[in-house]
Amino acid sequence: MPTWLQRQKYLIDFTLSSLLRRRAKNAGLLLVYTLIVFVLASVMLFTHALRHEAVHVLAQAPEIVLQRMVAGRHDLVPATYLDRIGEVRGVHKKSGRLWGYFYDPAVKANYTLLVPPTDAPAGGEAVIGAGIARARGLAVGDFVTWRGSDGQPRSLRVARLLDSDSELVSSDLVLVSEDFFRGFFGIPAGQYTDLALSVRNPREVRKVAEKLALLLPDTRPILREEILRTYDAVFAWRQGIVYVLLIGAVLAFVVFAWDKASGLSAEERREIGILKAVGWETGDVIRMKFWEGAIVSLTAFLLGYVTAYAHVFFADAALFEPVLKGWAVLYPHFQLTPTIDGLQLATLFFFTVFPYTVATIVPIWRAAITDPDTVMR
Amino acid sequence: MIELRDLRKAFNQGRPNEFWAIRGVSLSLEANRVTVFKGPSGSGKTTLLSMIGCLARPTEGRILFEDRLLSGLPERFLTEVRRRTFGFIFQQFNLIKGLSVLENVMLPGYPLGGPRHALEAGARDLLAQFGLADKARYRVEWLSGGEAQRTAICRALINGPRVLIADEPTANLDTALSRDFMRIVGELKAAGKTVLLTSHDPEVYDAPQVDRVIEMRDGRVE
Repeated sequence: MPTWLQRQKYLIDFTLSSLLRRRAKNAGLLLVYTLIVFVLASVMLFTHALRHEAVHVLAQAPEIVLQRMVAGRHDLVPATYLDRIGEVRGVHKKSGRLWGYFYDPAVKANYTLLVPPTDAPAGGEAVIGAGIARARGLAVGDFVTWRGSDGQPRSLRVARLLDSDSELVSSDLVLVSEDFFRGFFGIPAGQYTDLALSVRNPREVRKVAEKLALLLPDTRPILREEILRTYDAVFAWRQGIVYVLLIGAVLAFVVFAWDKASGLSAEERREIGILKAVGWETGDVIRMKFWEGAIVSLTAFLLGYVTAYAHVFFADAALFEPVLKGWAVLYPHFQLTPTIDGLQLATLFFFTVFPYTVATIVPIWRAAITDPDTVMR
Repeated sequence: MIELRDLRKAFNQGRPNEFWAIRGVSLSLEANRVTVFKGPSGSGKTTLLSMIGCLARPTEGRILFEDRLLSGLPERFLTEVRRRTFGFIFQQFNLIKGLSVLENVMLPGYPLGGPRHALEAGARDLLAQFGLADKARYRVEWLSGGEAQRTAICRALINGPRVLIADEPTANLDTALSRDFMRIVGELKAAGKTVLLTSHDPEVYDAPQVDRVIEMRDGRVE
């Protein structure tokens, strides 16, 4: 084995025994350090996973959704707009969508009623999301009655429950037939909630949106990428809120870690003097301290990150869920896909491991370069 | 073997509390001899030995070892010399608490980066030689005074130094152990080592193993 490598092994050996000799101090430091990494990593992993999930879910969404605006507010769009959109090159598919919100006073929750483009339920039947089923205690075959926009009660039989795998997007969803929808909300034939457009070439999406805005000035095109950016912003904002709340704890840890890492006790100074007296170079002492900082910070980082991973992907981020997902009556139960952002991981690593390792080296310099005779006196 | 030319050492130089611990010492120390530096506290014995053993640098003057100038060497080379040429036995032994006897003895060998099995074997041989083989795994805090000193001797010998330096080695020992220590010194001398001691203990400077006694006072040789 090369001399240099064997030397590092000896230094690491001594460092580990040195850490174990100051068990209480180092265990406390490791615990706090791990906790900080755990909290920061949990927030990062959770928000990244949510963003990743949003991207995945929205992958099936149409490239452009066209909404009609009246006095700055969303209004119904006439079916004739579909014919006019046929003039715009690049639009591959177009269809009208029927969807809307319904407030259920019984559970104080908002539902999304939607007419699916294919396989719509039969008249008088509905397919409901798992959140609604839980909130109202419904099962397949049960009946639910809601009052429509005309004040008349309308009953629906629950034909099926939506798959729990899709709960992230379908928890509050009610799929109904077109006839029921129009009667329930009072929307006449020839009117849609909005229009869904597919554009084959992703690079043409913005151009098509521009043309649509010119062709139909009372509409606004909403691009799928804009929806993704909005989700991104929401989660980033929430992530930021959590970080701001944690800043007090992080600063307290920085002060604590700096104090622990940079202070040398009389015993440690004496040990350095002994090491130098028995033939250790200044460089050996500094390297030993570097390993000490690196071992503590790397261990804390690994423990904290692995625990955070388990917390987010196996325990559903129980500590942060309400803050980061938001509050709702119909809270979806869903399993996030384990995913790690390399850049976030590297950033967290750099800002946790690196400063602590440096903090252990800087104060050792003065002790390491003095004559061992002086240190020992 | 070791030559000192007009050696001087000051502490806190240039400050109001400046103190000259060594005030012009010139000496020649022969190889394979036991030399004792004798004198009251504050006479500069420890400081002189620290400089000879490359633990501290002189303020003025020169130290030569076999005609090679030591005092002007950069720290890295000085450490290399200290590592291979000198072995130290400190007054308080200065063993590292929490480590075992074996680990303490092996410590000076770490920077050399040699194979671990060879270093450990050498350490165990030394411990066996000094009757500490069964104490190898003991924590040093559990040792008696004599055992701690013998551990310190083993540590000083692990790298095969030619010169052994001991500062007040019997200060914490009773008469029996002091005589035992001087017996060990005689054996080391017989093995070809040069031994330098400081002491104001008659059991040391009057011992038959001692070849030369140098008296010091106020930083000078009398």
